[in-house]
Amino acid sequence: MKSLILTTGARLLIALFLVFSLYVLLRGHNAPGGGFIGGLIAACGFAIHAFASGVAEARRALHVDPRTIGTLGLACALIAGLMALPLGAEPFAGIWGEIADYKISSVLLFDIGVYLAVVGGILTLIFALEETL
Amino acid sequence: MSWTLALPILVPFVTAALAFLLRNRRGSGWISVAGAVVSLVLAIRLLLAVLEHGVVATQMSAWAAPFGITLVADYLGAAMVLITAIIGLAVAVWAMAEVGQTSARLGWHGLFQTLIGGVTGAFLTGDLFNLYVWFEVLLISSFVLLVIGGRKKAIDGAVKYVTLNLISTVLFLCAAGLTYGATGTLNMADLRAAVSAHPDQGLMTVIAMMFMIGFGLKAAVFPLFFWLPASYHTPHYAVSAVFAGLLTKVGVYALIRVFTLIFVGDQGYTHEILLWVACLTMLTGVLGAAAQSDFRKILSFHIISQIGYMVLGLALMTPLAVMGGVFYLLHHIIVKANLFLIAGVSRRLTGSSDLYVIGGLYRSAPLLAALFLIPAFSLAGFPPLSGFWAKYVLVKASLDLGQGLVAFVALLTGLLTIYSMTKIWAEAFWKAHPDQRQPALSAIPTRARWLLLSPIIALAAMTVLIGLIPEPFVTFATTGAEQLLDPSAYIATVLGGDAP
Amino acid sequence: METVVALLSGLLTAAAVWLMLSGNLLRFLFGLLLLSNAVNLAIFAAGRLTEGAPPLLGADGALPGHEMANSLPQALLLTAIVIGFGLFAFALGLTIRAYRSFGHLEIDRMRLAEPEEGEK
Repeated sequence: MKSLILTTGARLLIALFLVFSLYVLLRGHNAPGGGFIGGLIAACGFAIHAFASGVAEARRALHVDPRTIGTLGLACALIAGLMALPLGAEPFAGIWGEIADYKISSVLLFDIGVYLAVVGGILTLIFALEETL
Repeated sequence: MSWTLALPILVPFVTAALAFLLRNRRGSGWISVAGAVVSLVLAIRLLLAVLEHGVVATQMSAWAAPFGITLVADYLGAAMVLITAIIGLAVAVWAMAEVGQTSARLGWHGLFQTLIGGVTGAFLTGDLFNLYVWFEVLLISSFVLLVIGGRKKAIDGAVKYVTLNLISTVLFLCAAGLTYGATGTLNMADLRAAVSAHPDQGLMTVIAMMFMIGFGLKAAVFPLFFWLPASYHTPHYAVSAVFAGLLTKVGVYALIRVFTLIFVGDQGYTHEILLWVACLTMLTGVLGAAAQSDFRKILSFHIISQIGYMVLGLALMTPLAVMGGVFYLLHHIIVKANLFLIAGVSRRLTGSSDLYVIGGLYRSAPLLAALFLIPAFSLAGFPPLSGFWAKYVLVKASLDLGQGLVAFVALLTGLLTIYSMTKIWAEAFWKAHPDQRQPALSAIPTRARWLLLSPIIALAAMTVLIGLIPEPFVTFATTGAEQLLDPSAYIATVLGGDAP
Repeated sequence: METVVALLSGLLTAAAVWLMLSGNLLRFLFGLLLLSNAVNLAIFAAGRLTEGAPPLLGADGALPGHEMANSLPQALLLTAIVIGFGLFAFALGLTIRAYRSFGHLEIDRMRLAEPEEGEK
């Protein structure tokens, strides 16, 4: 099913969804939001693209296999948890550092991992279901 | 100490991520094997720590118990982690020869490691809700493993496996939620005092029964076992070996944990039910096996009857019986996984698992025949193999309590197990192949042959070792049972903060 | 308020059981979905329904003005919903594959893995 309105609208919406998902991801540190909901929003963006222009087109726009994205997310989260090992802290304890006056932490890395895992997982499911139907 | 507990869970997931990212390369199976070796080393380290301190516990991210997520290992937990690592390594090596490139590209090795990670997590967690999460991790990876490269039959088996396991999951979740609503805590060590102090003990028994049904479905006890013989003979042999060895045993472990640590207030009711369940599980499993004529189906039904023995140990709740149950659990995982691996090799040699259309293995592959006899005799309880001691202890424990009928059922089940094993022996090994085929082991390429046989030889050697020198294992299981029946050390270690 | 939620949970469970017993795999899945929602509601009610503030600290770690809601059941629920969603999506995919392989979704006719006597 091709719809001109949906295809044109989708192009605008995807950009909006992706930017908003990043905003929610970063905001999640101190306020409602975070990697999970951010990942859902980003996945929604690509899902709309898949509905509008087909799964093959959405896969091309994504460049990477969604399963790989999900696994990379798992790897990010694991690295965030394992970072405490060489520093002698407890497993999954938050590690904080400062680069040019910006505080960064393993907590953010973990959240990014969740974000990627959710994007990868949801898109794997949606693409697989779309393709089999 | 905290990393000693956390790393056995984390390493399989790291391995899974690596194996999945490199799934298109030829070496992804070796990553899985390397990860399994590291896991084994870490599991041994954990066991040594437990032998030194009795119980070890830690809080994730240093959030104090009972508010944070606790990881804890006592004798039983540490031993289960070690056995998981052993089976993980054995099947990872075996799968190198058996899992094809197509399945590997779909991420077989990564999923397998995720499954192992989930099982390890379930054995190490000290938090009821966290246990639920680990159950889900192992469940979802087992779902995918079940259908990967699936033929029609595997889809059919998966439908039953998935639906019934989802119901058990929902029950478990509901029970955990109600436990929290009634007591305000989900930390298992904290729950013991909270549950026994609750004014409405009837409500606690209701929740206990919900746990029993939820875990019972996973453990495949009577009358909740129907999904197991419907699905375990359908997937890949490596998958059914690891399912047979580990998955139902996670359910048994959860039953043991919950009904020795948390719900001990109304033993006259809960453990009486468990006793009946155990006896009926033993009988139905072994009778079901007698009616089958497929190698894997017979073995699947035997899983059920063996689960009965383990639940029997829990139901009797004497130190000797619990010790027998723990011993049985540990011995059974090795034996059962090994039998499925042997079934896989036999299928590869003869081209089928239907006992009526295969045969001649004794003449053409005597090594395999000898290797089959070890776990088969152990399963039936022949001295001096590991299964004999496990059965002996359980029968003695029931006789000590004056439960003659229970002891009779246990012995009868052992006898009927011999019947099934003899059937496999006679049909697959002893009689000549109907098509006069001579399926020799040398027909398999050398590299694949050793990848297939070395795990089987190692597991069989362990079975013989436990049988010939049972003393240290019995001592270990006795201490484990004492810890289960008197969990004061467990509770003190968990709630008293990170002691060592 | 708890009574209403408990009744609703019971109603959902009843509908779920009816659907799950109907012998069609797709209906079974819908029943499972209802059942997991019933359980989620039960957990939510078990954690006490209060008119509390969101359990979040304000700027500079200031506590909210009045009583806070219990955040633990909410966290449990969120986890359970996410997991339930994943499992349901998988089960749906499996159902589609089952329909493609067998051409029907009647559970009683799915006997491939366990053929009845004499029809092997």
